[in-house]
Amino acid sequence: MSKFRKKGGKELPPISTASLPDIVFMLLFFFMVSTTMREVTYMVHIKLPDATELSKLEKKSLVSYIYVGEPLPQYQKTFGVAPRIQLNDQFANVADIQDYIIAERESRAEEERPHMITSLKVDENTKMGIVTDIKQELRKSAALHINYSSRQRAER
Amino acid sequence: MARKVPEIPAASLADIAFMLLIFFLVTTTMDVDSGLERRLPQWVPPEQLDEDQQIKERNVFVVLVNRNNDLLVEGEYANIENLRERAKEFMANPYNDETLPEKEPKQVPYFGEMMVTKGVISLRNDMDTQYGTYIAVQNELVAAINELRNELAREQFGKPYSELNMDQQNAVREIYPSRISEAEPKKVGGN
Repeated sequence: MSKFRKKGGKELPPISTASLPDIVFMLLFFFMVSTTMREVTYMVHIKLPDATELSKLEKKSLVSYIYVGEPLPQYQKTFGVAPRIQLNDQFANVADIQDYIIAERESRAEEERPHMITSLKVDENTKMGIVTDIKQELRKSAALHINYSSRQRAER
Repeated sequence: MARKVPEIPAASLADIAFMLLIFFLVTTTMDVDSGLERRLPQWVPPEQLDEDQQIKERNVFVVLVNRNNDLLVEGEYANIENLRERAKEFMANPYNDETLPEKEPKQVPYFGEMMVTKGVISLRNDMDTQYGTYIAVQNELVAAINELRNELAREQFGKPYSELNMDQQNAVREIYPSRISEAEPKKVGGN
């Protein structure tokens, strides 16, 4: 009889899964804290430009977004490939921006309105013509505080 | 002896938590929203625009961007790499150069009487300029002013601009105001 011979019939004890929920909850809380909800479904393709002098958008509730870029492939049949403006969940024209800003303003509390910011998420290959038009519309609707959304670039 | 309450099975807890986890993974994004913060000028109806508001030529730093994304700074071709240095030199004017902007004395808290520049940076772009280039140029101009403010803050208070309190920041801002004006777009160069 060897001392090291395996005893037949003895099974490996099953790994305890009692701590699995705890691990998953830990992951869950990590993602809940570190991420933010998507605001809308993108209907345009946006590759943000790079910049170094960034400031963060502190209060999400004060921000309204304007998206500009080429429509995604599934919309190109109806809307073409020229850069378009997206407000909320639909394509829009430059003329719709004033109404959009007014609607956004109406949905905020009175005391928050002066601190509202408009975030422009514009694809870097867009021509300035459309951006300038948007800026003129924003000036007309007195939404003067804007933020050109861009990604962090490493300092040269 | 009281009857034992039957234990709730915890085997499915993991599945429930996984479902929640996957829901959050799908519906949220990781990216923090950040960007270049700017303020637009008040809207002025075209008929009220007074054209006779003249600024001396030496006080204006003209940056033009054409449809091919080329830069024209103060009347000569320039690279975006040099723009920050040029803008800093223009706003600071350390040797009181005749061609760089004038300065006027001004009382500033914490600093006493300082010579404050009258310089204005004027940025004009074409309708067909790429947005990426425009942001890069804006970024360099903002960076130039931020760097000047930082240098001044370090000199005076020994810490960077962002760590100063409100009053100190206001004082630094008064010495280096962020005067970047954007002209109405029109065709520049090319055809």
